[in-house]
Amino acid sequence: MTYKNLFKSKAETWSAAALALLVLVVLPLLLPIFRLNLFGKYLTFGFVGVGLVLLWGRCGILSLGQGVFFGLGGYCMAMFLKLEASDPISTKIQSTPGIPDFMDWNQLTSLPWFWVPFKSLPFTMIAVLTIPALVAFIIGWAMFRRRVGGVYFAIITQAIALIISLGIDGNQGLTGGRNGITDLRTLLGWDIRSTSAQYVLYYVSALLLFACILFGRYVVNTRMGRVLMAIRDREDRVRFSGYDVALYRSFIFALAALFAGLGGAMFVLQVGFMSPSLIGIVPSIEMVIFAAVGGRLSVIGAVYGTLIVNLGKTTFSEAFPEMWLFLMGGTFIAVVMFFPNGLAGLTEPGGFLSRQWQRWAPKSLLSVFRSEVEPPSEAASEESLLKGATEGVK
Amino acid sequence: MKMKDASIMASPHKGNHPGSRLLLGLLTAVAGLTVSLHAEGPPTAQVNTTGLAVTDTTVTVGQLHSATGTMAISETGSIQAEQLAIDQINAAGGVLGRQIKVIKEDGASDWPTFAEKAKKLLVKDKVASVFGCWTSASRKAVLPVFEKENGMLYYPTFYEGLEQSKNVIYTGQEATQQIIAGLDWIAKEKKAKTFYLIGSDYIWPRTSNKIARKHIENVLKGTVVGEEYYALGHTQFGSLINKIKLKKPDVIYAIVVGGSNVSFYKQLKAAGITSDKQTLLTISVTEDEVLGIGGENLTGFYSAMKYFQSQDNPNNAAFVKAFKDKYGEKSVIGDVTQAGYLGPWLWKATVEKAGSFDVDKIAAASSGVEFKGAPEGYVRIHDTNHHLWSKLRIGQWGADGQAKVLYESGLIEPDPFPKGYQ
Repeated sequence: MTYKNLFKSKAETWSAAALALLVLVVLPLLLPIFRLNLFGKYLTFGFVGVGLVLLWGRCGILSLGQGVFFGLGGYCMAMFLKLEASDPISTKIQSTPGIPDFMDWNQLTSLPWFWVPFKSLPFTMIAVLTIPALVAFIIGWAMFRRRVGGVYFAIITQAIALIISLGIDGNQGLTGGRNGITDLRTLLGWDIRSTSAQYVLYYVSALLLFACILFGRYVVNTRMGRVLMAIRDREDRVRFSGYDVALYRSFIFALAALFAGLGGAMFVLQVGFMSPSLIGIVPSIEMVIFAAVGGRLSVIGAVYGTLIVNLGKTTFSEAFPEMWLFLMGGTFIAVVMFFPNGLAGLTEPGGFLSRQWQRWAPKSLLSVFRSEVEPPSEAASEESLLKGATEGVK
Repeated sequence: MKMKDASIMASPHKGNHPGSRLLLGLLTAVAGLTVSLHAEGPPTAQVNTTGLAVTDTTVTVGQLHSATGTMAISETGSIQAEQLAIDQINAAGGVLGRQIKVIKEDGASDWPTFAEKAKKLLVKDKVASVFGCWTSASRKAVLPVFEKENGMLYYPTFYEGLEQSKNVIYTGQEATQQIIAGLDWIAKEKKAKTFYLIGSDYIWPRTSNKIARKHIENVLKGTVVGEEYYALGHTQFGSLINKIKLKKPDVIYAIVVGGSNVSFYKQLKAAGITSDKQTLLTISVTEDEVLGIGGENLTGFYSAMKYFQSQDNPNNAAFVKAFKDKYGEKSVIGDVTQAGYLGPWLWKATVEKAGSFDVDKIAAASSGVEFKGAPEGYVRIHDTNHHLWSKLRIGQWGADGQAKVLYESGLIEPDPFPKGYQ
């Protein structure tokens, strides 16, 4: 696989290189560690964004529940760190030393069975990578096999986000409830709050994110990627050609969940806690906004979008604590009106400057909510696309 | 008014209007301060050895509450009271001769944001102290940041206890202070033997009811006939009301919070459960909540709090007047708002006792610091646990949304890790 396989245009190659330069060199050189740590946090949402581009932009599946997978990955990591922080010596004040503090407050006297395996770091790492993906695959399989799609799928993912966040909220003895799992300090004795650890974790996040970006691009450019795009544009034809549409969709949903879970785990390592407020409906929708601002068709664009929206959030709320939400809202409206394909749309041939000014009016407002914005959606190219896809896989 | 406050905070070089300064100066004098005013403070190098944002003329503090999101409605009172206290301290000469500048941050009702902003205040702005947080979840999120970066937080809300930190001063009551004396009073006054415990489903109501149950069963020798929890935001209390009618408890002990409160009291009233037939004691309703519930829906029910707006003493009269002058005649003051007001004053007294802004010195000097100008009467920081000695009061709600104070305990020792109640 050459770079030509990974990035479809020169512009995209440049924007990937620019992102790498920005994230790996410029930001660490320019920013004090406190700000860099914040960027590290933003990058963890970038994992979700990359997954959403594959899922939503490439395969036309809009999930409003990606927070669930971000949270599952995060909770797996948080459980390990919490158990490490709850050794019998530092919890000797409790009625039952050696269990996490919130369990003691809820009169638990022993560790619940599903917490026990999280004493092991290898198990935790496997869990971070598999649990979100497995849950997503099961949900996806159940839904897509029944041909649930479009708006209904989006609604169901949202319901799942609500159920899971309420479930965690309501079982505080087992999960830490609304407060979440807090006060995480060390990873195998390594203080994750120290300056050096924050640099290391920032780079680990950044490199993992680039690995996800490259893997995402790779998937898009395989034969399977073309089948996925064909499913997005004309599902019935792909099905009639003998493909198991549900399996393809479940796979990409699971892959997006895996990315999100990885992001969640890196979030916990850098921020030091996990709570249900990152799982529910609002954060899940926010994650979709990150992808939409960056451009839901471009994995690089999604990462830019995540960085820009979060930087905007931090900057506006520091400068205008009383009215920053209005500024954020105004920004979203402006993006939807002027860049219907997100910021990534700027780099496309004949992009913003040449085309969008003339047709920014209501039509483009509508088109941003449709999933068929990408060029091959037109009827003429459909045939060739499907042909390419079917040939490719056979 | 709001915009004016914002502009003062955004551009800290502007001082207060001279007229309001004079007025505030008079008010603080009335409030009966014990600490003498400093015209000029000691040199900066002497009072600030750890690189905090302290100059020869100013000291910068942070304020971290939710100005937006679901908690904004609850936290606004604390924001206002803390600002009022800071204005009054500035008008009276500041702290160690330095005027207090405030950097305001919005936690946006979101716990990761709280952690981010706490870190920003401590690491980037190097604030000498932070007044903030409201929910336990937000405090739990920022606590590791304050401990790691060695900051100082003044936390105003009554809460579940089970926590103590060198880096936090808790100006609200911990659970035993609010619960035990109230139960003793109601058991004696109403000859109550049976109790029905109700709460919203999170750590504070659950921990509080745990303490209440132990006290009822072990000390009062009464019975708990029911204990129920409802998700935050729950609005259907029909089945609960049927159970209450069936069990006929002497006392309903309610720790319902937020939006659920409004439905809970309205439905009780609609079902005919009113104060002439049923005793109800709550630890989760202050004047702020009554504003939403409507005084007519809980007339005659009791709240156990350390502060009520109607309290009759000179400190409180001056405080209520200053608050209404600044924020409007219609504003009400609840328990947490008053506890927020204590924060800056206690910090000032501690800094002056320590003769330094250094966090370590303040943490050490906090023991035994008093504030005689407290609207609730008098408070003192405990010698070892950073909570306040305070009194408990029982208020009975009237239709006008104000409570009549029926009972006042002696000063209660704070005990965040109560033996025999865990």
